[in-house]
Amino acid sequence: MPRLLSSLALSLIALGLISCGQSSGPTTGSGELVVRIGASSPLTGPQAHLGKDNENGTRLAIDEANAQGITIGGQKVRFELVSEDDAADPKTGTIVAQKFVDLKVSGVIGHLNSGTTIPASRIYSEAGIPQISPSATNPKYTHQGFKTAFRVIPNDTKQGGELGRYVASKIGAKTVAIMDDTTQYGQGLANQFEEAAKAAGVTVVTHEHTDDKASDFQAILTNIKAKNPDIIFYGGMDAQSGPMMKQIRSLGIKAKFMTGDGGCSTEFLSLAGAAGEGAYCSLPGLPIEKMPKGEDFKKRFNAKYGEIQDYSPYCYDAVMVMIDAMKRANSTDPSKYLPELAKSNYDGVTAKISFDENGDLKGGVITVYQLRGGKWVAEETLGAQP
Amino acid sequence: MDIFLQQVINGLVQGSLYALVALGYTMVYGIIELVNFAHGEVVMVGALVGLSVIERMAARGETGWGVIALGILVAIPSCMALGLGIERIAYRPLRKAPRLAPLISAIGVSIALQQLAALIWGRNYLHYPEVLANPQFHLGGAVITQVQLVILATTGILMAVMWVVVQKTALGRAMRASAQNPAVAGLMGVNVDRIIASTFLMGSGLAAVAGVLVGTYYGVGNHTMGFMLGLKAFTAAVLGGIGSLGGAMLGGLLLGVIENLGAGYLGALTNGTIGSNYSDVFAFLMLIAVLIFRPSGLMGERGSEKV
Repeated sequence: MPRLLSSLALSLIALGLISCGQSSGPTTGSGELVVRIGASSPLTGPQAHLGKDNENGTRLAIDEANAQGITIGGQKVRFELVSEDDAADPKTGTIVAQKFVDLKVSGVIGHLNSGTTIPASRIYSEAGIPQISPSATNPKYTHQGFKTAFRVIPNDTKQGGELGRYVASKIGAKTVAIMDDTTQYGQGLANQFEEAAKAAGVTVVTHEHTDDKASDFQAILTNIKAKNPDIIFYGGMDAQSGPMMKQIRSLGIKAKFMTGDGGCSTEFLSLAGAAGEGAYCSLPGLPIEKMPKGEDFKKRFNAKYGEIQDYSPYCYDAVMVMIDAMKRANSTDPSKYLPELAKSNYDGVTAKISFDENGDLKGGVITVYQLRGGKWVAEETLGAQP
Repeated sequence: MDIFLQQVINGLVQGSLYALVALGYTMVYGIIELVNFAHGEVVMVGALVGLSVIERMAARGETGWGVIALGILVAIPSCMALGLGIERIAYRPLRKAPRLAPLISAIGVSIALQQLAALIWGRNYLHYPEVLANPQFHLGGAVITQVQLVILATTGILMAVMWVVVQKTALGRAMRASAQNPAVAGLMGVNVDRIIASTFLMGSGLAAVAGVLVGTYYGVGNHTMGFMLGLKAFTAAVLGGIGSLGGAMLGGLLLGVIENLGAGYLGALTNGTIGSNYSDVFAFLMLIAVLIFRPSGLMGERGSEKV
């Protein structure tokens, strides 16, 4: 039904465009400036719950901004959300991006996955449309030299780095065995982790690879057992790390276990079962209760959409940062407010948001969780707030 | 040394699971010379049916091997019905068609079953409830778990049973006769259609057992789990000599051990240039090597008695 509504809304917008004749950029009607903001995430498929959560976070921000009655360039502004489904598919992601460009949106919030965000970012860059991803963590996204690419979540260089140091300083490990699933996400994270762990004086006894479809890790784990590391780090998703955790314990390996945000889920809890107890994982950002305005956001969000899944607070901030830049530039024209966006210094729900020269969040934090009593318990937040 | 022993134990357990599945391939191939590519999906269905049963029981607080056994007992008839249905719908009408037709039909069935399972059980990774304490035993520095022992024992027993059925019973004699020459077997009063159906029944029953054991062993089930397992088991059957019961057993165990030793020692032997991720490549290289020197597999002999 929401799909139907949004496509209906889209066709209405298209109709509006035609009836206004040649309108460039934001449409003007009855003294009110309509500013379109595109949002893209997977609204169908296995990640649909995360995609819907992103859309809700974005919508909440837009509704609140409209309620405030913002004036930009002496004109009253009404923001309009254009939400699209990219199905977490890189190809669909670029089609959505082209659609946004054709619709002349003023900015884009998205996409959810690194795999869709990276190819779409080229299209936005060529069209000069600012893009803020609330959840893509692959470092490459902001390192392609695009002036239009920003993100409000710490990237995996940060995550891998902090975890590498944490293993040395807080867990006190002297030796670590690393495994990854050879995907862009998993291997990227594992390599960042390895670099940081080595720099912190931890010996990497081995770096093994599996894939994101495997379920038998015993040969690799037996190898790791022979090297007797203090901790095992896995870069990959919960579908592998859960069963892996079981096999680690059934082989009698006593080493601790750590994985990144791909394993920091409730899915991991059920897949690993009792063997998971004591495992570490990490998520970029603060736990919602600890976010500067987290409690308040949670209340407003829950009242409208129910439980927060994951990234909706980041979507909310992404919209607000974008609108803040428009206000300071006193324009909704992408070419005018883009320089202001880069200079952002915004007090958001998730953090104080400002960007480095690449468009990455300055000084983002990572929270480490430990599995205790069958639940992920926030252990410590790493990295300084700016 | 204990590491070597551990890799061999892991390999034997994994290999005996391959062998159970390989039996299904080899028996069907032996009789109608069809590579039943949907067989891996039958294993998957067995695992997921078993999972549903075990989940129900676990929710009622039941634990122990009885729960797993019940899962297997429900999975076997489900898979048998499925196997029979596949044969009736997808293969029997094509028996006189060119060789490629049933092969394509098998691939179609495989895809259809995967999608059907995705509809019934969803696309998420499902976890097998932990109903076993799974104690560990130490064996000269290596560890072997109860589940691993049960897998080895179950496979051994089932293999022996299959051998007796094929070699010592009237049904087995009819199967061997149909494999050698279906037309002549038919003239001698053997109901070939019925024999083929019973081959599918037996293969699917074994697949059900393998499915529940795989789920119990690794603790996960998913609608895609049958594909790779089926491919490996097929490889094992070819390695051992497709059409030969003993060959399926030997091929399965060998493939399991080779894979584990490959993953265990490739990295060390090549100083890290070729890592554990190449263990599959290694296993298939071995297969190619064997087939160059013995084109009909380790135990298969050209023109010999099949099944």
